[in-house]
Amino acid sequence: MSQNQALIFELSQPGRVAYALPECDVPEVNLSEMIPSSFLRTEPAALPEVYEVDVIRHYTALSRRNFGIDNGFYPLGSCTMKYNPKINEDVARFAGFAKIHPYQPEASIQGALGLMYTLQQDIAALTGMDQVTLQPAAGAHGEWTGLMMIRAYHESRGEVRTKVIVPDTSHGTNPASATVAGFETITIPSNDRGHVDLEALRSVVGQDTAALMLTNPNTLGLFEEQIVEIARIVHEAGGLLYYDGANSNAIMGITRPGDMGFDVVHLNLHKTMSTPHGGGGPGAGPVGVKAILTPFLPKPIVAKREDGSYYLDDNIPQSIGRVKAYYGNFGILVRAYTYIRTYGPEGLRQVSEYAVLNANYMMHRLAPYYEISYPGVCKHEFVMSGKSFKQYGIRTLDIAKRLLDFGYHPPTIYFPLNVEECIMIEPTETESKETLDAFIDTMILIAEEAATNPELLLNAPYDTVVRRLDETQAARKPVLNCSCG
Amino acid sequence: MKHRYLPMTPQDQADMLQVIGMDSMEQLFQDIPTEIRYQGTLPISEALDEISLLRHMKQLSDQNADFDRYTSFLGAGIYDHHVPVVINHVISRSEFYTAYTPYQPEISQGELQAIFEFQSYICELTGMAVANASMYDGATALAEAGSLAASATRRKQLIVSRAVHPEARQILQTSARGLNLDIIEIDVQNGVTDLEHLESMISPDTAAVLIQSPNFFGCIEDIRTIGDMIHAHKGLLVVSSNPLSLGVLESPGKLGADVVIGDAQPFGIAASLGGPTCGYFAVTEALMRKMPGRIVGQTLDRDGKRGFVLTLQAREQHIRREKATSNICSNQALLALCASVYLSTMGKQGIQDVARLNIQKAHYAANAIRHSERLAIANTSPFFNEFVIKLPEEAKVTQINEQLLAAGYLSGYDLGLAYPELQGHLLVAVTERRTKDEIDQFVTRLEACL
Repeated sequence: MSQNQALIFELSQPGRVAYALPECDVPEVNLSEMIPSSFLRTEPAALPEVYEVDVIRHYTALSRRNFGIDNGFYPLGSCTMKYNPKINEDVARFAGFAKIHPYQPEASIQGALGLMYTLQQDIAALTGMDQVTLQPAAGAHGEWTGLMMIRAYHESRGEVRTKVIVPDTSHGTNPASATVAGFETITIPSNDRGHVDLEALRSVVGQDTAALMLTNPNTLGLFEEQIVEIARIVHEAGGLLYYDGANSNAIMGITRPGDMGFDVVHLNLHKTMSTPHGGGGPGAGPVGVKAILTPFLPKPIVAKREDGSYYLDDNIPQSIGRVKAYYGNFGILVRAYTYIRTYGPEGLRQVSEYAVLNANYMMHRLAPYYEISYPGVCKHEFVMSGKSFKQYGIRTLDIAKRLLDFGYHPPTIYFPLNVEECIMIEPTETESKETLDAFIDTMILIAEEAATNPELLLNAPYDTVVRRLDETQAARKPVLNCSCG
Repeated sequence: MKHRYLPMTPQDQADMLQVIGMDSMEQLFQDIPTEIRYQGTLPISEALDEISLLRHMKQLSDQNADFDRYTSFLGAGIYDHHVPVVINHVISRSEFYTAYTPYQPEISQGELQAIFEFQSYICELTGMAVANASMYDGATALAEAGSLAASATRRKQLIVSRAVHPEARQILQTSARGLNLDIIEIDVQNGVTDLEHLESMISPDTAAVLIQSPNFFGCIEDIRTIGDMIHAHKGLLVVSSNPLSLGVLESPGKLGADVVIGDAQPFGIAASLGGPTCGYFAVTEALMRKMPGRIVGQTLDRDGKRGFVLTLQAREQHIRREKATSNICSNQALLALCASVYLSTMGKQGIQDVARLNIQKAHYAANAIRHSERLAIANTSPFFNEFVIKLPEEAKVTQINEQLLAAGYLSGYDLGLAYPELQGHLLVAVTERRTKDEIDQFVTRLEACL
């Protein structure tokens, strides 16, 4: 492929169409008799004119320039790129799920409300929480929702608490969500074992502490062994604990945030519950809370009457309000519910056990070749450092780019920020030992190439549709649309 | 139990544990304190085999009244538009739907180009200079626009019209509490924002005026006049717009909007009980670096070939953490793809044709209502594909809608739910999917319910 891939706009030929709308079957009236001409376009929008075969070939060509889980191994740390089951996709397209309106009478959406109610219950049981809202559209949206509830809780007690504490290994969304919820962020360093530094925590908690946000296992793939003590420290200071559920794939049926002492938790259904990432979304980020926070849940939640019927409960007087139009990303909730029903409680536990076994196996096999940042037992993911390759002029980015030539999606790189030249690997449970072995062998080969032929890595990738792209230029002189009009 | 997504065999497990130097799976979890280990089986829904699961899901699905079996006149933000059949074929390509965010551009050119084309489509329709890669939905995009305006103007007050979608205003309220912003709501007069009230409230403290056009009642706002009002005080104009209407309505950009946002659900996205949909977000060039969310830009590779990357990332949470322009991380890429395929399919002529069909059919329906003795149209302001029916004094909307449901209709939205002064008012939408017969029969049925 030496040619640029055409933009759809570049395929346009005047007079072609790709649609077939019905003739107007009502008596037609001149547009300007219905709408004043000052409100009407003087020039039509310059959309392309193509026919249906162009549309299909164009997007098929684009899809072939993209890499998904169905194309191959995708060990992207902190993203849980597990297999996206096909039954979930089929079910979400059933007319009774896809073609229903949020403002239909409740009696006409009992199946949908029942599904949501059961999902609320299942997520509560899975996380050890008392009540769940399905409204948040993504993890970050869930974080903000949870923090707004924490803020409302403190305010209801007449307390002014302005600070949210996060470890330096936290996801960037944690401090960003704290800001939009009106809090100041305090970042505390991790200790040399990659865990929360209890002394650092003790030194910052106080009467102004609203919450501690924690991912557990953390983003280094390590379980915070002192979580009970951490929870005690925060609670004694009057703060609450927020659980970032991005890494929940390690703990299903094994331990629960509620039992660890967390007061709020979000789950990323697009991670733990296998709903597709879609190239960046849509996701869903339901939030579970302990009883002390249920008065502040967003409105409405799905509730059940004594006669067994379901309804949308708007009667939450202390609610933080609404966080998402309608009831959340229902189509994603359907997929997540289907996933839970595919595995059941025993199956979900197996999922987490195998995810953790796969990660530990990879870590041990790679340890002779790459510096493992925190040796020992990891959970569903682990981090390595590429810094030993700097002596050859090779950075982690070069290793990642070389992986592309072997048909792999690279691991997450340069996150968490406290590990130099970080490489973060999360294999998930849906990959076979053969797949893991083949990837490990490739990583070993690349480590050898780095030492013997660094140029090979510096110029990688070779076999992709484009080679390394000039990101500096893209940011300096932004070209953000085709200006085809 | 063996599971179809799990390849682990007992032999694999034994081999792998041996490599790690462990005797049991239990040892993998030795770092979790015993006191917080979960004992027993989680009380969650049981597993089902594939046949039983399909049957169960079909049963749940069949309990819902869907657009295939019922004739929908519901709008209020979510519409029963035609979804061209090609769309499902494209978004079912698993190279698209099973991919993550395009952080590795060399193997994500398909997604990146699709988003670049989406941004181009949104700019073309809205008349704006820059669009991002999409937001959760139109309602959260409104809240993000308010936040952007406050930060860009360093002012704390937002003025929002009550003709903006009630749920979007509720989210704006929640968001404003987080950011410590003040919200002032403006009355509605004849289905549109009360311009006198608005002008009296705008001051040098106002960060932005936020309106929707076509608004929640279907009416078209005088964007230019409102823009002039707020610009006189150096504040910003945020316009939320049903993008399908922009096939024929003048682009808000041309009329003076600084931020144009909305929901792309009308562009081939399933109604799906209201989500997931796809918010869009477009701004003037001056506000480019204040935008929330992901943005794709064009660049060149080492060999000089055109390519696309995520760009201007110095605004975003993974770089800026607590100083980011927003906490948003994901976008709605797959649904932005839906919207792009829709626009590619409709093209220059089709987007005008479908918008015109909506206008013709909605106005035909409104005329039929006007000719009814007991029904009236509440407003005289120009509208797009939605309008408000005023029912007789004694009419109960809930009962009427239940009767219409029994007759096979998803009737309009009960405006009394969100506007106490509009008890007995029904908001109905008429899309290109409704035939003349359906409209005539609906009006007849509605009259019969009174």
